[in-house]
Amino acid sequence: MSVTRCGVLPDTSAPGDAYDVTVVGAGVVGCAIARELARYRLRVALVEASGDVGEGSSKANTAILHTGFDAVPGSLEARLVREGGRMLAAYADEAGIAVEPVGALLVAWDEEQLAALPRLADKAARNGHHGTRPVSAAELRAREPHLGPGALGALDVPGESVVDPWSTPLAYATQAVRSGVDLHLDCRVEKVRPGGPGVPHRLITRRGVLRTRFLVNACGLYADAFDALVGRHDFTVTPRRGQLVVFDPFARALVRHILLPVPGPLGKGVLIAPTVFGNVLLGPTAEDLDDRTATGSTAEGLAALRAQGRRILPALLDEEVTAVYAGLRAATGTEDYRIAAHPELRYVTVGGIRSTGLTASLALGRHTVELLADAGLELGAERPLAPVRMPNLGEASPRPYQDAERIARDPAYGRVVCHCERVTRGEIRDALASTVPPASLDGLRRRTRARAGRCQGFSCGAAVRALFEEGTR
Amino acid sequence: MNRTVDVLVVGGGPAGLAAAARLAAAGAGRVEVLEREEAAGGAPRHCGRAGFGPYTGPEYARRAVAEAVRAGAVVRTGAGATGWAGALGGALPLGPGRGQPGAGDGAVRERTTEGPLAGPAGGHRPPTTERRGTARGATGPAGPAGPAGHPLVLEVTAPTGLERITARAVVLATGARERPRSARLVPGSRPAGVLSTGELQQSVELFGLRGERIGRRAVVVGSEPVARHAVGTLRRAGVAVVAVVSDRADGPRLPCPVLRGATVRELVGRGRLSGVVVRAADGRAGLLRCDTVVFTGDWLPDHELARSGGVPLDAATRGPSVDPALRTRVPGVFAAGNLLRGVEPAVVAAAEGRAVASAVLAHLAGAAWPDPGPALLPAGSLRWVTPGRLSPSGASGPAPVLSLRPATRLVHPTLTVTQDDRLLHRQRIPAFLAPHRSLRHPATWAGAADPAGGAVTVRLEAGRTESRGGSRGGRGS
Repeated sequence: MSVTRCGVLPDTSAPGDAYDVTVVGAGVVGCAIARELARYRLRVALVEASGDVGEGSSKANTAILHTGFDAVPGSLEARLVREGGRMLAAYADEAGIAVEPVGALLVAWDEEQLAALPRLADKAARNGHHGTRPVSAAELRAREPHLGPGALGALDVPGESVVDPWSTPLAYATQAVRSGVDLHLDCRVEKVRPGGPGVPHRLITRRGVLRTRFLVNACGLYADAFDALVGRHDFTVTPRRGQLVVFDPFARALVRHILLPVPGPLGKGVLIAPTVFGNVLLGPTAEDLDDRTATGSTAEGLAALRAQGRRILPALLDEEVTAVYAGLRAATGTEDYRIAAHPELRYVTVGGIRSTGLTASLALGRHTVELLADAGLELGAERPLAPVRMPNLGEASPRPYQDAERIARDPAYGRVVCHCERVTRGEIRDALASTVPPASLDGLRRRTRARAGRCQGFSCGAAVRALFEEGTR
Repeated sequence: MNRTVDVLVVGGGPAGLAAAARLAAAGAGRVEVLEREEAAGGAPRHCGRAGFGPYTGPEYARRAVAEAVRAGAVVRTGAGATGWAGALGGALPLGPGRGQPGAGDGAVRERTTEGPLAGPAGGHRPPTTERRGTARGATGPAGPAGPAGHPLVLEVTAPTGLERITARAVVLATGARERPRSARLVPGSRPAGVLSTGELQQSVELFGLRGERIGRRAVVVGSEPVARHAVGTLRRAGVAVVAVVSDRADGPRLPCPVLRGATVRELVGRGRLSGVVVRAADGRAGLLRCDTVVFTGDWLPDHELARSGGVPLDAATRGPSVDPALRTRVPGVFAAGNLLRGVEPAVVAAAEGRAVASAVLAHLAGAAWPDPGPALLPAGSLRWVTPGRLSPSGASGPAPVLSLRPATRLVHPTLTVTQDDRLLHRQRIPAFLAPHRSLRHPATWAGAADPAGGAVTVRLEAGRTESRGGSRGGRGS
């Protein structure tokens, strides 16, 4: 029912006051689980170490809504991605989250890759995706005229889409909070004192003690560390860094589909994809690291991306770069999610959620709640969730600055503050007054696109900061 | 809301205001300036220092606005042009390459006689029609104007509502911006505390941020005059300047440590910047501890509106390709000021604003829009030349004055002008040229050029060789 960022946590010491379920980690997966739990008359907490939702791997991914065509057939991931993809597409429509079903082309650049395409089509079919189709070099050229020389053919994968990755976890969290979930931000869990029969778990956090009957680990890169707090040592998370380059919206006309590489022995490779914000993405790299905080880009990584981008789409490199970022995915050494229920501990770990986590999130939420029920959580009757409608950040539908009626009703939507991204004062005001307000300028950017554009604050940075400070005072 | 004006000036900075003042004074009819910011005046508004003629930046900006208003121009603030409605108008399917015959053919000598709408200028960046076109109901494939004589229509967003403004002439004066850290591909983390000079100056001069609200210890990156201004602004705000990192061996002389021939290799810090890794001229790298870094200079024209309207750009400047009358290749559309190539002093931009007024008046009086003259292509150590085309009509009138921007520091360089392998001009320039300052060059040789001939190559070459480690541009600094 509330969002807290500071101060002592609500008192859960009385026998009846403990939370029924606490989800630790407010990334896209944790938020989806909390939202799913909000369907029931349960006392639920969503606890997050950082100051905002979606601050970890969730904010820095490739923003693709997968069909799951290339998952390992029969794996849990394959099933949850397939189901979750459909669920998220429907949810996005209902919640106003931008999705563009641009489709994907798996482009073959040599004979070996060309020979691999039928196998990939077969794999897709085994994953329930029967719509793939081989594309000749000539057709490929016609569909992607700016492609570099040497492409031999492709596999058409309809249904692959791009999605707004920022609004998705935010929509889940907003809906969860409006439906009664307590979201505690800046609330790192430092210790866990597991409970016993009839005795709740005690989470020792930076902001005090929180008692809960059931516990869900949705800690992403720190899932193994959290497991250790409750005495489990089932897997190790190896952060795998992906660096990405975002090109200026002028590059958007150069590419019509998600251009996927043919996966080879060296990994999944580098893709080029449009974004719903109207940019073009190039990436990611794949670097296994030890440091779970190493979200920096490197000169080598950027040089490698540019070299590959130049081959795939030569004209892309003539366009300006808008942003560079790096995200870490939670690799665990197996080609599947690491989801484990421990009924004796009233504990579920949702670990090893890799780059497909955004797509699978809603299915992960449902799956986790099923596991909790199996572990003894009494759900009771389902009730409808509070409705949520997110501000549209996508370029495929009209934005407020283009909406004459809206501006006539409220001139703040006609006052453009961030000119590159055309973000209005009305949108910034709304974000600051929203259910889960931003805690930082970066958080404001993920809610409005303010400062995300080509000038990176040259023109609007000072004004956006002033509005943010005024609005959060 | 649909309205009609005689001249629409997009951008209320020094160039736009000067153009509007002169046009209004000359009786051009309704002259309207659109300024997207809350106040007109442009960048001088937040340059709280002297050096704008006899004035400070804010004084200069106020006077420029007052002059335009006094002359009878309408200056509208908080109103931004977001795209072109155009004679063809309407939403069209997206698609790369539409309206771009010859895109990417790389030819440099092509001269089109079918008018600018037939395709991109040879050797110029193809006028990619922007994807924003569809969602925003904007551009048709043929650019804003359709066949010559069609009206020019701009879409405008303002608190008072959406408008379509039809104009007989449009002057683009949208200015320039600094290339941000991301576009310079400086690797590292993404902490708070990374600024451009524009953001720094606005924070201090317009929003009154002081001292620790900005940071405690700052590093300034850049070699252009604006690096000095960033240092000045930081000091006035009470922020210590640790060092200036200049990639040129002959970097600026400033009242603080200057690391010459050095580059920033990485930004370090989580949440807040904690330092920058700098590689010095001798190849050694080290960490400069700081909580603020200001990336300065490395200017880019703010060409979004020009490009989204299919106005062909100059390959070297990335501003609109213009002739000496500052006509773009789209009939009725002119361009002036820093949009043409990045930053020149405000007085230079204002002079261009006044100059463009004459050509606008001629256009309003019914003068035909000429075919484009030969392109001017920079070569050797010349980074760019503006205007980027010669007059189409040959030797009539006074010789155009060109701005030549060297890529490196040059001592007594030689200027060579050729057209179709024919030497038009050769001259030793008895001066030191620096990459942050333009050489004004009266093109007395322009009359010798064949207006129907191919591109004219303007080459600048070191006269006396000088072993300097300066690198061109600021990319990757």
